[in-house]
Order: sequence, then structure tokens, then C-alpha cells
Amino acid sequence: MTSVITPAPHNAVARSLGNGSAAHDEILRVEDLKVHFPLMKGVVIQRQVGTVKAVDGVSFAIQRGETLGLVGESGCGKSTMGLAVLRMLEPTAGRVLFEGRDVTRLDKDRMRPIRRRMQMVYQDPYGSLDPRMTVREIVGEPLRVHGMARDRDAYRGRVEALLIMVGMLPDMAERYPHEFSGGQRQRIGIARALALEPSLVVCDEPVSALDVSIQAQVVNLFIELQERLGLTYIFIAHNLAVVRHISNRVAVMYLGRIVEIAGRDELYRAPLHPYTEALLAAIPVADPDVEARRPRAIIKGEIGSALKPPSGCRFHPRCPKVMERCKQVEPLLSNYSAGRAVACHLYSAPA
Amino acid sequence: MHTSPVSTKVVATDRVMAPPLLQVRNLTTSFATERGRLIAADGVSFDISAGETVAIVGESGSGKSVTALSIMRLIPSPPGRIEAGEVLFEGRDLLKLDDAGIRAIRGNKIAMIFQEPMSSLNPALPVGLQVAEPINLHRGASWAKALELAKELLGRVRIPDAASRLAAYPHQFSGGMRQRVMIAMALACQPRLIIADEPTTALDVTVQAQILDLLKELTRETGSSLLLITHDLGVVARYADRVAVMYAGCIVETAPARALYRDPRHPYTLGLLASVPRLDSDVSHRLMPIEGQPPDLALLPKGCAFSARCRHVIHSCRVARPPLVEAEPRHWKACFNDVRDHTSAS
Repeated sequence: MTSVITPAPHNAVARSLGNGSAAHDEILRVEDLKVHFPLMKGVVIQRQVGTVKAVDGVSFAIQRGETLGLVGESGCGKSTMGLAVLRMLEPTAGRVLFEGRDVTRLDKDRMRPIRRRMQMVYQDPYGSLDPRMTVREIVGEPLRVHGMARDRDAYRGRVEALLIMVGMLPDMAERYPHEFSGGQRQRIGIARALALEPSLVVCDEPVSALDVSIQAQVVNLFIELQERLGLTYIFIAHNLAVVRHISNRVAVMYLGRIVEIAGRDELYRAPLHPYTEALLAAIPVADPDVEARRPRAIIKGEIGSALKPPSGCRFHPRCPKVMERCKQVEPLLSNYSAGRAVACHLYSAPA
Repeated sequence: MHTSPVSTKVVATDRVMAPPLLQVRNLTTSFATERGRLIAADGVSFDISAGETVAIVGESGSGKSVTALSIMRLIPSPPGRIEAGEVLFEGRDLLKLDDAGIRAIRGNKIAMIFQEPMSSLNPALPVGLQVAEPINLHRGASWAKALELAKELLGRVRIPDAASRLAAYPHQFSGGMRQRVMIAMALACQPRLIIADEPTTALDVTVQAQILDLLKELTRETGSSLLLITHDLGVVARYADRVAVMYAGCIVETAPARALYRDPRHPYTLGLLASVPRLDSDVSHRLMPIEGQPPDLALLPKGCAFSARCRHVIHSCRVARPPLVEAEPRHWKACFNDVRDHTSAS
């Protein structure tokens, strides 16, 4: 497999740096990452009848302080990739370099200090908080587990500081998750993720379960925390409009592969891959006048199965610009211009 | 008390002067809960004309689904109860019909499409039978004839190879294809009105666009009206002729879609439009969220339900509930203030 040259960081990355970090302060590099799940059949004698290639050769890099948006439809592998980066799922192949170090082969003990530096915010603020724990216990648990609080006062002080940081009141610490609305629960989840002072936070659909009037509050909180703490985000979401607001760069996934990665403005202004184009065209804009003018390019079909991806380009059965070659040869993600790569035969030199 | 948004002097259609197909008047539905009796739909009034697409937009708990279910008399009772109001469909009040009467309308002249097709389809029956059933039931067609029509319908909702799919079971279809089956079922008896409650929320965006386009195209062809229940302001902008915005059980603003987006008059509508990121919005500015938390129906403030979160709040808002009044022709709002968005006025 040809190794993919990762696009250079977009200039807008500087937005949240501000601390004089070098331009090439790479926090995470993912190389040809694969996560395959065996599909077993049989009760007594199990045999493997197939392989679900949830993530199938993905490469990218992220600069410190940057937000990489990861978009795609359900089944594209974006959440699996987030979990594999944090090693909450074991990758089948490939490497994940966090702050220059390959974490894919570290054992538990050596992984522990690194895990502190990489945290996750989940989609479901209902399911991800233990209903029997108080907010103090939920937010403080990572501090206890990692022995981060010297004494009781330090522990309480730290939890309260975290709550204030996410826009909650310290006296909410004694309450239980069910006493809060969805937006507030997500704030609690964010406080917990920040307890160990991570540098990388993987956010998996962190606002999609929230009411629309609350989503903006939480998106703004993510942006503020990034500016204050210099956080790096992988922001996984299916809502391309939300991703556009928070990301410096965006990667579009389809059936286990990145099909396009580019700076935010380029990707939204002039998408290259027909799938990116179709995704953007599918999303209605909240303005009837704009909608009346927009060209409607609705693609047919639905995302296939990662168990049996189509031959050649995985998008070819749905692609409005499909060519003969697309059915046989899988296009590789290759550089198109500075900071931009696309996996599509439309942009590669004819064979 | 609410003024009806469409009084007799203004007929809510540009097409015909006939009475609207559906007139909902002062519909009030409550639910018994541990925290007392909560009013989920509170004096809801609106009309739908023949061939029109009306969207009810709101967040969870706003009463939009309860309104849809009340129209169809599908509110589980107990704990739910339709307290008051009228639902006039072709001149008859659906709330006064007996069970047999409403069953003759449901799935026949009024069809419904739900968010999760898997929970509305029978997993143990081939889809062909499920699409044919209402034709057999309501139209008295023989099963052979009904199955023939079912095949035609599956073709019309663009299920590839419809003839051979008649014998397939729901689990053999993808989410998008199941929703197509639901649409085929809804169309089976040539309904005058289709109520679609978040029909594409569970689907991916490219499939959402396919399904909504199909639904819009088919209603246009058949001349049936569409009531679209959604939380997505983009979907409303793309598909609706007229919009009603709901908050805490009440319609707070209703207008033709263009007017509502161009010149929103209720602070909640303004707030929603400013807080939702768009593909074409300016990303150099922060989003403008609506402050505070969604309303709790058990703890609604006196006066306007939105007053606790409203940046234009005045004394009267905390004392009395603002009635829905006509701010412009066909543009109704329930707000004491004259709030307008000066930045986007074009």
C-alpha cells in the first residue's frame, strides 16, 4: 500500500495555538490503520465466514491545537476509528503515533500514562454517565483512578474548577445526572474528559443527541476550551454544518476509507470527491430562498456493507461520475494540492 | 386564550377558496405523569389546505408529535387524554368519531409515516402483504388485486425489482428501503393527507434527501397534503409551504415558509435560526445559542413559556400568555414585543 503523504496543516490552525508552538508540532499520526472484525458463524464450532473491514487503511496526521473533523454516514467507520486511535479497540494493522510514540504495541502499564493524555467525549450524555454517582464522583473518578489528587481538598477543588470550566456551578457537584438536562449532562461528560488534562480529545457525535437550541452552547464550549487549554480535537459527526463550525480540517470517510481530506474552507467551497459533493448537496440549508437556488444532486442507493465492499472504488455503485476504471481499480488517497488529498480517479493521471 | 391562527376572514391557501382539508382548533392534549398532569399540546390551531405541505417544527417536548398523534387519535390513553379542541377533516370532527369511524379514516384518507419504520412494520409478514393489506381492508379489493397494486406501489417508491421484493421480509431491507415501504403503504389508499413524523431522522443524509424528495414528488403527483413533523429547520426550508413553530406545547409562530425565514417575528424562532449552524453561514463568528435549558412542562413559568430564555423579555411576558396574533397577513406570532431580526432583513 502506498503510504499517504499527510497534507500540511492549514493556516487557520494558528487560531488556537497562540503559545508559540512550532508549525510542525504533530500530536498524532495515524498510518494505514485497519480495524477488521471477524464475522463468526456457528454455535459449538465457530468458523469465520467473513471480515467486516470497519476501518481499512486510513492515514492522517493532526497538529497540536487543531481540530480535525471526521464526517461520513453510519457505517463509514468514523467511530471505530476514534476508538482505535485511543486503543479502546485494538487495531488489526497500522500504527498510531501519539506525540511521536507508537502506541499500538504498548502494554497496559506503559499505555496508562499515555491514556491520560487522550480522552473521549461520547454521544449519549444519558448512557455514558453512571446514574448512581454524583456529579462530583463522576468528574472526580479519573482523578482517583490515576492518583491525581493529593488530598480531599485538592480533589474537591479540582472537581469544582472543572465544573466551572464547563460552565456549571460548583454546588451542582452533589447532584445526580438525572437532575440535569441533556446539554448539562454533556457538560459533565466534558468535565470528566478534561479531568486528567488531556492534550487530545476524541469527540464522538458530541452534540447530535442534543436539542438544536442547545447544540450551539456545547459547540461554543468546545471552541472556548480549545482556545483556553490548547486542546486538539478529533470531532466525529455526521452533521456537516456543525463540523464546519469547529474544524480546521475535515476528512470524509466512506466504507472504511478516507475519500477526501482538506482544509475546512476548501472542502466546503469546492469539494473534489463526488461523495463529498453529494453529502453537501444532501444537507438542506435553513433558508427557502437559498434552497430554491441550490442545484439538487441527489445520489442513488445507500452505503454498502463493510463486509463486502464494492470492487474498485467503494463509492462507484452510487457515483454519478462513475467511469469504467472505477469499477476495477481502487483509487488511492493522493495529494491534490497543498494540504489536500483525494481518492478519486477523476483527479489521478490516466493509467 | 389563543386566537385561531387562521380565522374565517383569511383563507390559508392561494389555490382554492374551498375550506381547508384539515382544520385543527384549540387542540389540547395532556398526559398524567408522576409530576402531575402535563399539557403537551396547549390550544394548538392550524389549517392544512389541499395539496399543501405544512411543517411543524420544534424541539423534543415541544408538542409537535403529540399534535400529530392527537389528529390521528393515536394518543395512548391513559396516560394521555385529548382535553379539548376540534380536528375537522373534510368537515367532520375526528375527535367525535367512534372507534370504527376513526379506523375507517386512519391508513385510508389520512396515512401516517413514523420515524422508525422497523417499529411500524410487522417483522413476520412479507412486505407485499403489508402494503396490500390496507387496499384489501379499506378499498375492498381482492387480495390478488391488492397484491398487484402493492407491486405497482413498490415500483413507484423506486424499490428496485419490486415484483420479487413482494415476498421479502422487513429485515431484508435497509433503513431507507423500509421507509420506502412505509411510503408505499401510506400511498396505498390514495390518502388526502399524509402525516410524516420525523420520517428521516434515523436515516443518513443522502438517504434522507432521497426519501423526502420522493415523498414531495408523490404528494405533488397525487395532490395529497403533507404534514411534516421535524426538528430540522433545513428540511422545513427545503420542503414546506407553510410552517408552524412549536415551543412548550404552543404554536408560537406560523407563516408561509419564505416569510418565516425572511422575517421571523418570535424571539424563539429568531433564536433557533441564529443558533443552528448552516453550510453557508459565516464561520468567523461564534454561534449565537439560545441561553438556558429546554422548557420543563411541569415547571413552566407563568405567562410566556419562553420568557425565562428570552432576551427581549418585558414585564407582561411574565404575567400573561401572549396570544397568537396576525403580525402580517398570514403571519402569526405569539409575542408581546415587536421583535425583528434587523441584521438579516434584506
